[in-house]
Amino acid sequence: MSEVMLEVKDLTTKYITRYNEDIYAVDHVSLKVEEGKTLGIAGESGCGKSTLALSLMGYYFAPLHYTSGEIIINGRDISGMDPDVVRKSILGTEISYIPQAAMNALNPTRKIIDFIEDVYHAHDEYKSKAEIYDLACECCSILGLPKEVLQKYPVELSGGMKQRTVIAVSVILFPKILIADEPSSALDVTSQKMVIKMLKDLMKDGFIKSMIFITHELPLLYNVTDDIMVMYAGQIVEKGTAKEAVFDPLHPYSKGLMGSIIVPEHGLRDIKLTAIPGVPPNLKNPPPGCRFLPRCKYTRAECEANVNLRNLEDGRAYRCILSERELRDAYRMEAEQNARK
Amino acid sequence: MLESSEIIMSAKGLTKVFGFGATKTLAVDHVNMDLYKGEVVSIVGESGSGKTTFAKMILALISITEGEIYFQGKKRDISTNKKKQEYWRNIQAIFQDPFSSYNIFHKIDAVLLDCIRMRGGGRLPREKKVEMMSEACKFVNLKYEELTNKYPFELSGGQMQRLMIARIFLLKPKILLADEPTSMIDACSRATILEMLMDLRKEVGMTVIFITHDIGLAYYVSDKVFIMEHGKFVESGSADEVILSPRAAYTKRLISDVPKIHEAWDLSTVEMQSS
Repeated sequence: MSEVMLEVKDLTTKYITRYNEDIYAVDHVSLKVEEGKTLGIAGESGCGKSTLALSLMGYYFAPLHYTSGEIIINGRDISGMDPDVVRKSILGTEISYIPQAAMNALNPTRKIIDFIEDVYHAHDEYKSKAEIYDLACECCSILGLPKEVLQKYPVELSGGMKQRTVIAVSVILFPKILIADEPSSALDVTSQKMVIKMLKDLMKDGFIKSMIFITHELPLLYNVTDDIMVMYAGQIVEKGTAKEAVFDPLHPYSKGLMGSIIVPEHGLRDIKLTAIPGVPPNLKNPPPGCRFLPRCKYTRAECEANVNLRNLEDGRAYRCILSERELRDAYRMEAEQNARK
Repeated sequence: MLESSEIIMSAKGLTKVFGFGATKTLAVDHVNMDLYKGEVVSIVGESGSGKTTFAKMILALISITEGEIYFQGKKRDISTNKKKQEYWRNIQAIFQDPFSSYNIFHKIDAVLLDCIRMRGGGRLPREKKVEMMSEACKFVNLKYEELTNKYPFELSGGQMQRLMIARIFLLKPKILLADEPTSMIDACSRATILEMLMDLRKEVGMTVIFITHDIGLAYYVSDKVFIMEHGKFVESGSADEVILSPRAAYTKRLISDVPKIHEAWDLSTVEMQSS
């Protein structure tokens, strides 16, 4: 059994709006990432993927607030810690986060090496400029970046290069866990592949121990991750290995999600894409029972009550009132009906 | 399908050059293309390959450096504003970013009323117009009653893109040019938008030019695929032919770079480029 790098127990965080309304964007989420594993988080926009990533860092700033739960990174509980302490001693060294569109946030008036110096200085490591430069050069050569990049301004780099530089800056202090939020969504397929290869190499070369990968592109998620977690309206609705989640989803929402995959392969044109009707609920006042109820095809009277996450024996979990067998039967019947049409 | 042998539009030696002197760039390089009535054509390429420039020339949004466009057998004439507007009645576009496609000061009805006016229905009674608008909204699963007094910013990205389709439903153009219509929308609503576009195409019987960098998407929707690299078509043919047995090296690379589900995605072939 490999070591658990990150463990989250019943984490709940909320946004407080200016009208003093509470919006629980992450609602009782528990997860575990082992050493050498990659966890993928899927879900449509607004389901709380990015908020979960922000919450995992333990660095809260308004309007995001910590409510309850534990975040244990490498045996150390960081939940409820002072944000300043978290920033100094956890961020960058224990856990590192690449926000969405990070490459567009680089200050255009500063060189790449300046960003790396900033990272070192923010963690009280008063190294000399020459020392930092040497370290940065070494990192670049391992990561397959030319070291000329260090002396360049962000505008001189292409999109894919910028993204790879951002990743390099974020792992320069060897964090245990890297959270990558849509690292390749604005790139074309070739640069995307380079970024993914770099992330995989980071794990292989021992820069990072585990990774959390967030995207809504399912084919990419399937290829990058070991386990997949599907989120809907702030809750986890399905957990399983990548293969199980993509080819044999249990929850009706993940089923719909996996039915919308488009890949250039044989037989794609014969499939009819499934679309999930309706829109996600407003989290200001979410429906009391199952949050997927208004869009679900397999509803029952019991769905109105609170639905808990069911844990199966083989480590899978899903949030639905129906049993595994009932769900599978329902899907099979539907597939037969479609075939008859 | 709806294909026929009648050519609705053709481009002959279409070229666009930006800048001059040292900064001169050839964005589109002597491109020829025949568009048959009723078919769905995809133009696929990486960013910077000239897809959008080509689209803008077809839409008469930018001038053409060299070459001709023939529309319905005749040379396209957009010399005056009136003729240009006449041309735009036949060709319409859906753009990538729904958030910047609307006038933020105009309410939703104004957008749809504009379309009715463009079709020559400006003097129809109010009830008739409302009926037409609610029909269009119903087609894209929106409720007209809920939209009437709203401004575009109050809608979500998916709703805006659906409203765009409702516009096309009212305008009934001969050619629809969809420039990355689903790239700003997440995967779940993408299926809805695509199905709607395809339904609309059957309903109106129009020709669709799809511009995208997503090869899977191009394969799913189109009859014919054109692969563009550095302003030129490097490969073209039926969708099955191009995607499943590509011949050009560029197409092969493009397809191998897309993450797949049933086939392995080989990361070892990646060359880390230096700039």
